[in-house]
Amino acid sequence: MGEVFSVLRQPLVLGNKTYADITDDVCGPLEKGASLSWWIAFIVSVGVLILGALSVAYQVMTGVGVWGLNNTVGWAFDITNFVFWIGIGHAGTLISAILFLFRQRWRTSVNRSAEAMTIFAVICAGIFPILHTGRPWFAYWLLPYPNFRGPLWVNFRSPLVWDMFAISCYLTISALFWYVGMIPDLATIRDRTKSALRKKLFGFFSFGWDGSNRTWQRYEKLYLLLAGLATPLVVSVHTIVSWDFATSVIPGWHTTILPPYFVAGAVFSGFAMVLTLMLIVRKVMNLEEYITLHHIEQMCKVIIATGGMVGLAYMTELFVAYYSGNEYERFAFINRALGPYGWTYWVMVGCNIMVPQLFWWKKIRRNPGIVFALSILINVGMWFERFVIIMTSLTRDYLPASWAGFTPTIIDLTTLLGSFGLFFTLFLLFARFLPMIAIGEVKGVVRYGKGRSELKPLEPRKEGALEQTLVG
Amino acid sequence: MSRRLLVSSFAHENDLLAATQAAREHGYTILDAYTPFAVHGLDKAMGMRSTRLAWATLILGISGAVAKLWFQIWTSATSWPVNVGGKPLKSVPAFVPVTFEVMVLFAGVGTVLLFLAMRKLWPGKKPAFIYDGATNDRFILVLIQDNASFVVEEVRSLFERFHLVDLEERIERV
Repeated sequence: MGEVFSVLRQPLVLGNKTYADITDDVCGPLEKGASLSWWIAFIVSVGVLILGALSVAYQVMTGVGVWGLNNTVGWAFDITNFVFWIGIGHAGTLISAILFLFRQRWRTSVNRSAEAMTIFAVICAGIFPILHTGRPWFAYWLLPYPNFRGPLWVNFRSPLVWDMFAISCYLTISALFWYVGMIPDLATIRDRTKSALRKKLFGFFSFGWDGSNRTWQRYEKLYLLLAGLATPLVVSVHTIVSWDFATSVIPGWHTTILPPYFVAGAVFSGFAMVLTLMLIVRKVMNLEEYITLHHIEQMCKVIIATGGMVGLAYMTELFVAYYSGNEYERFAFINRALGPYGWTYWVMVGCNIMVPQLFWWKKIRRNPGIVFALSILINVGMWFERFVIIMTSLTRDYLPASWAGFTPTIIDLTTLLGSFGLFFTLFLLFARFLPMIAIGEVKGVVRYGKGRSELKPLEPRKEGALEQTLVG
Repeated sequence: MSRRLLVSSFAHENDLLAATQAAREHGYTILDAYTPFAVHGLDKAMGMRSTRLAWATLILGISGAVAKLWFQIWTSATSWPVNVGGKPLKSVPAFVPVTFEVMVLFAGVGTVLLFLAMRKLWPGKKPAFIYDGATNDRFILVLIQDNASFVVEEVRSLFERFHLVDLEERIERV
């Protein structure tokens, strides 16, 4: 059946929206000029992006020596940023694919923008390993292509090659999932827009979609299949990212807990970023009736759960370091908490274990201002988590003679900042030109959780009509 | 050659569902329905078979995985065998991650392309059916007037029980 009536469930969309209201609410802002707040945000983001682009240009022309890396610390900000951004992306796939499989219908209001966030985050992530190769113009050497050197193939036993496959596959599938999900909405815009240019563009990109039910039937199946494919994919991606560390023999990295720990952390950080973005979006784009406090609350609950998993992983690591009796492992963790970079460890613990506990209180979960502040803290904490894992293990490994420190250079910092500039620039462009809410999906749940009396009155049904609606 | 279509529109998905069911019970030929979102149960009401797309995905995924596994073994053990840390040349466990990724890639991209090809959708295509509101808030049912005994007024009186909004006849060149 197409609609669900319930007095027990909370409505997913507030206000008595008709189908046409939903179309107007989502498409309306796209057809008007951009607001002042959009322009301010856009100009700031592009400014930061330009700063990042200049830093990258300088780094490419000069070499990776402009970063704070040294012989001992060969991975630092670049890999930290890479893991951070990939992790952000994972929440988008979780919302769009895993929650779809679990029939969590509240996802419909946030899935489009969460998927967009995934794609932009993976783009930001992809930049760092490419720069890290030192000669990014040879980055295509990572691909196994027939070449004139033998052909010499890539080493398929290397986690770095696995990573290249995982990330590019993830980007492709996420982009497909996002785009396929958007085709019906692009057609909606095509059919209602007055501007000839927009009609042409959306006409081109909507693939001639006409809403045929024969197409819808296959489309629904396609969507389900893509969700089913994206679900193990997202788990595999961060698992493979963690193997970059776990297959090495560095103390603190060489553990089997890393894959589940990374995946949970990725979802945790991603949800924090979804919250950060959604709380801004619902305010700026007037979507408070679509992205309701109920949605915010649900996402906070996911954060409690994944935050708990992350906390468990931290403690398991400490316990295993103690219980293994391995002197190097033990040292790595004492050094992590009490060494020269100990403060970063405590920032991580504070932001990732303590902060999410506040979400146990309903008053906090339903207060957008506080949730926004806490989500930023979790983002910070998760960036530090990756920094801690990389830095404490590398600066002090087996041989004290080769110990070294790491201080980020200004280029390290501006490149990190620039990646945020890129992320927000892409997201703002998305919010300006594409439907942020999955119009078609929200129309399907607009009656969810509402009693019949709350609905806009339909014309009275005639005798016999009601029985006939029970189809299938 | 042309055919006469009867295009009826409704404002609510349940009206469309019921009308579709009634139309089929009365023996009318349903060409298609056009809706702004996927109306669950409509495919059954129209008497459609379920899609076999999932089988295609399975086959695509398996072929991707087999092809990639073969490729990894071929490059590592045949084309240019390189001894990496004394590991066997055919170190299949190490080939699992990339095999998995390529399986998902083949299955995902292949299924989308197959879907677009089967439904004849491509960038720049003009929509085959245009009705004001079909992608907004109207639920359309299209019947084919395929024999002489088709009486439009009968259909109208049938559909009015389901809050028919509008009814129009169209002649479509085939």
